[in-house]
Amino acid sequence: MEPKTPSRLEKIMAAGQLGVTSEVGPPRGADGAEIEHKGHLIKDYVDAVNVTDNQTSVVRLCSLASCIRLKQMGIDPVLQMTTRDRNRIAMQSDILGAASFGIHNMLCLTGDHQTFGDHPMSANVFDLDSVQLIQTVKMMRDEGKLLSGFEMKVRPQIFIGAAENPFAGPNVELRALRLGKKIAAGAEFIQTQCIYNIPKFKEWMKIAVDKGYAEKAYIMAGITPFKSLGMARYMKTKVPGMDVPDNLIDRLKGVPKEKQADEGIKMAIEMMQELKEVPGVRGFHIMAIEWEEKVPELVKGAGLYPRPQV
Amino acid sequence: MIKATPKPLEEIINYVKDFNKILVAGCDGCVTVCEAGGMKEAKVLGSALRLYFTQAGKDHEVVETTVTRQCDKEYLAELKDMVENADAVVSIACGCGIQYLTEMYNDKIVFPGVDTHFMGINADRGIFEERCAGCGQCVLASTGGICPIARCSKRMLNGPCGGSEAGKCEISKDTPCGWHLIYERLEKLGQVDRFTQPVDPKNWRTSRDGGPRVIIREDLRKAEPQHGSAHS
Amino acid sequence: MRLQYPTDIHIIKVPCTGRVDLFHLLQAFEQGADGVFVAGCLEGDCHYMHGNLYARKRVERAKEILAATGIGRDRVEMYNLSAGQGTRWAEICREFDERIRNLGPSPIRFAHEKKAA
Ligand code: SF4
Ligand code: SF4
Repeated sequence: MEPKTPSRLEKIMAAGQLGVTSEVGPPRGADGAEIEHKGHLIKDYVDAVNVTDNQTSVVRLCSLASCIRLKQMGIDPVLQMTTRDRNRIAMQSDILGAASFGIHNMLCLTGDHQTFGDHPMSANVFDLDSVQLIQTVKMMRDEGKLLSGFEMKVRPQIFIGAAENPFAGPNVELRALRLGKKIAAGAEFIQTQCIYNIPKFKEWMKIAVDKGYAEKAYIMAGITPFKSLGMARYMKTKVPGMDVPDNLIDRLKGVPKEKQADEGIKMAIEMMQELKEVPGVRGFHIMAIEWEEKVPELVKGAGLYPRPQV
Repeated sequence: MIKATPKPLEEIINYVKDFNKILVAGCDGCVTVCEAGGMKEAKVLGSALRLYFTQAGKDHEVVETTVTRQCDKEYLAELKDMVENADAVVSIACGCGIQYLTEMYNDKIVFPGVDTHFMGINADRGIFEERCAGCGQCVLASTGGICPIARCSKRMLNGPCGGSEAGKCEISKDTPCGWHLIYERLEKLGQVDRFTQPVDPKNWRTSRDGGPRVIIREDLRKAEPQHGSAHS
Repeated sequence: MRLQYPTDIHIIKVPCTGRVDLFHLLQAFEQGADGVFVAGCLEGDCHYMHGNLYARKRVERAKEILAATGIGRDRVEMYNLSAGQGTRWAEICREFDERIRNLGPSPIRFAHEKKAA
């Protein structure tokens, strides 16, 4: 695949290398320095850095402003955008704003429902869904048009990403079909939900390869290391659409509490090594939630360091 | 039909406590079916208000009635004398009926006696479920007859989202995932390939988003004699 | 056997307690009753399936309304007993009578009497 945008991530994956991304979650306050601090921790170990958009519907410093800060530090940001809080007017406007700062990657999401967050009483926007946001970005970039049909003089240059959760309902076949739908809508890279159930992921990947989806988009495997047994249990029982097999829980149970974090990192590295060999996997998306300092260790451990220069 | 529930009695008492002559106006339509604003509920509310006023030692006259539909002028007209005789009206019709009554009897104070919720079905005795959000451009033909607007918590047109698990919506284990239901149905119909085609953004203008809506059906309008007709 | 029970309890017979509507209960209070109890068959023994269970729900609802209107939730109650439990009937009557005597006359009767005076 030929790169279509100035995105570094796109160039690396187009050259046949495994891409590596990670994410930073902005603070629940106006502290911009925190984003820069997190950015510094991971900047040399990844090709691009996602910034979450009010994840789990909790109000945080906005993704766009955080992305601009990262960009000014020389980091390639991935602007995450959920359709939960903004209608098509606001979203297209933010896309143009991001592009004006040279932000060349986006991850298009529907977003968690607002009842999960700190403002469960807020209105429910969802003017578009993730698939339609992908269509929108594609139309803006490739046709130079807004959804209204208005033609822009300067088009945004955006490498279009989407997420997919192989483990959600109703079943793995439908989750693969939905991946296909996102690619048909214009998604060029996919960051998956955190993978713990490797057999199920492989099943999903196989359908993606057989149906030709894996050739049309770069599929990046989502990795989240466990910090503790408690976190693993929480992910298993409390986070919707998360599939944590019991053997992983048991493995953490088997080590003393103070060693669980190290074990979690070890498990994540082993998983990355195994996933590298799965046909169709074109990179990794490491979501080390409030644990950004561990990203270098994970990237090195998986043999993905140093990052290619493009 | 429209689903409503009675407002807490404390709230209604608070509205009317400084009035003497009160009319409780029910409706024989939807709110009778969901047992929120029919004759039975009017009688209960009337009785409760009388009990309140009596124990509070306040003079009062509380009258209960219902009309066939509060969303029709012709039926509301039947209330004329009773409304005129009252200081305040508590309407226990749906939000439409309450407003239309207010509109007809513009110099009267009218209070709502119910909370109006949604358009839904009677799933079981005492269980009402939303089914349609009145989006003004029905897509049921392509979703196996299950509405993604009313039954997906994110009104997605390209679901299910990544939070769908074991048939339930991410918001609660008690809420069926609308898109899971759509999937099951389309599978039965042999139409699963619909899931590969992106559905374009919806035009929400026909929904509430376009502002208050009016339907004008010329075919149903009163026939008016044309200018220059036989009468001129 | 003649069982003793308080004489100022006025009994209204209905074929099934399922027949007792919320507004019947409220009307009794409007007319000056100090307390009302509904005596239904034992749960599970309703001749009309669930009449007594519906009655219980209505009594619960009546409690809420009586609380909100300042009459007091304890002036209404639901009891279940079988036709053969004569002693239990007498006991319930005494128990309820005592409860209401402790509560004193209903504010409604009070208001009516004041007006009449
Ligand atoms: S698609 Fe629109 S009109 Fe059809 S059921 Fe859903 S909300 Fe109602
Ligand atoms: S879980 Fe299902 S119903 Fe709930 S938001 Fe997602 S797709 Fe919609």
